[in-house]
Amino acid sequence: MPEEALVDVRSVNFSYAAGRRAVLEGVTLKVPRGRMVAIMGASGSGKTTLLRLIGGQLRPTDGDVRIAGRSLRLMEPGRLYDLRRRMGMLFQFGALFTDMSVFENVAFPVREHTGLPERIVRDLVLMKLEAVGMRGAQRLMPAELSGGMARRVALARAVVLDPLLVMYDEPFAGLDPIAMAVIGELMRKLNDALGATSIVVSHDVVECLRIVDYVYLVADGAIVAEGTPEAMRRSDVPYVRQFVQGALEGPVPFHYPAHPYEHDVRLAPGAGHA
Amino acid sequence: MLERARRPVQALGHRVIDGVWRTGSMARFFALVLASSGTSLQRFRLVMREVYFSGVLSLVIIVVSGLFVGMVLGLQGYETLQKYGATESIGVLVALSLVRELGPVVAALLFASRAGSAITAEIGLMKVTEQLSAMDMMAVSPMSRVIAPRFWAGVISMPMLAALFECMGVFGGYIVAVVLIGVDNGAFWSQMQSSVDFRYDVLNGMVKSFVFGIAITVIATFEGYDAPPTAEGVSRATTRTVVSSALTILALDLILTSLMLRGGT
Repeated sequence: MPEEALVDVRSVNFSYAAGRRAVLEGVTLKVPRGRMVAIMGASGSGKTTLLRLIGGQLRPTDGDVRIAGRSLRLMEPGRLYDLRRRMGMLFQFGALFTDMSVFENVAFPVREHTGLPERIVRDLVLMKLEAVGMRGAQRLMPAELSGGMARRVALARAVVLDPLLVMYDEPFAGLDPIAMAVIGELMRKLNDALGATSIVVSHDVVECLRIVDYVYLVADGAIVAEGTPEAMRRSDVPYVRQFVQGALEGPVPFHYPAHPYEHDVRLAPGAGHA
Repeated sequence: MLERARRPVQALGHRVIDGVWRTGSMARFFALVLASSGTSLQRFRLVMREVYFSGVLSLVIIVVSGLFVGMVLGLQGYETLQKYGATESIGVLVALSLVRELGPVVAALLFASRAGSAITAEIGLMKVTEQLSAMDMMAVSPMSRVIAPRFWAGVISMPMLAALFECMGVFGGYIVAVVLIGVDNGAFWSQMQSSVDFRYDVLNGMVKSFVFGIAITVIATFEGYDAPPTAEGVSRATTRTVVSSALTILALDLILTSLMLRGGT
């Protein structure tokens, strides 16, 4: 990917505590400006951790994460917050503030970060709600929304300040096929309309490959494959093939690592004395 | 044999280390809350909103409990004072018991159960549903926007609730002693007025409830913020808030009372 990279992850290692198993090892990836890139992988492969490192919620144990040329590694909290004002994030289940209405949720970042008069805040919020088809639900509370509707409101909130970078953490989790297609379509359209750059963390192969420009596949904390959605579909790499086709047979084992079964059910010689 | 004897000592050691660790974390958290209080004080409506949730909504339990405690004090006090022929001092007994001890302590225990547990559960659930992370990703500090307003609301509400509890208690004592039993109305109020000192009794009681307010809200917000993001984690954190607050209130009451008595003599 020769274009200028907005997000540049360089040889990142990460573990949650010193001496504990590394969640990410030697991860290097680039996300060019204006593109929509997916980080895909099985559950527990480290993709959400990678997204949190890009958002600066976690700091790498080793290596560096750069956003628009600025290193997050030793960035002070104040500067990190300045940078985050130009980022938007859609959380797995929306993370809407449950004590605020749909309108108040979308208006929240605008009111916190701009001194705009209430009339303009209102227009801005209604414009974004209209873009995600939720203007009619502006007075509803989050508890009154379905999963898909909550995700759309959260999307409007994530892009209300026209961010430079939008991050999506499992945006399709728990959605029905129609809601999934709607969210996918909105993500693509908003990315193109706002001229933003998007990173989508997901394990939903069909929807993700339909909307993104480039894919990084993560397994056991490392990038195991990368390429365009078409290249991923045609890949002969066993892991990619198993993941894309959702096959049972392949390099990803069905069983969680364990002692031999015979040992646990006491069929092996001497197992009963363990 | 040695292994069996070692286990309880090990478990005790773990608990002590964990306790010290949590106390240290809580002290750091308290310092962070104070450092993040600028936004709350500038945007005071955030604090006022929380005063409504933790203070105003606790009014019913405080008013009703205060009334009953005062009535029971009136009954018990009359029974005892009658033996010494000093039933006219019932007003003093009720007022001093309430203003010095029962008001601040019982109101704080009720506040910890009603508002403290609610604060912990709310913050814990915000953590479970990633609302705090979402806020942080929007470059809005959860410490300034969520924790500090709740802390200041508790600190403001607690002395007011204690004062209300005391007023209702005195009123309850009046109903039992004067209205129902027939103690002289003038003696009830005049003895109370001459024996209750504003600085030594009332102000010291207010200082106590102010300190209890700080302790309860620091414990409640810390437990919510520190709760593991699971249903069980929030449930345990809520229980810990009530238990730790109750024990802290009683321990602080002993310390403050001994300091105040020494200061008064």
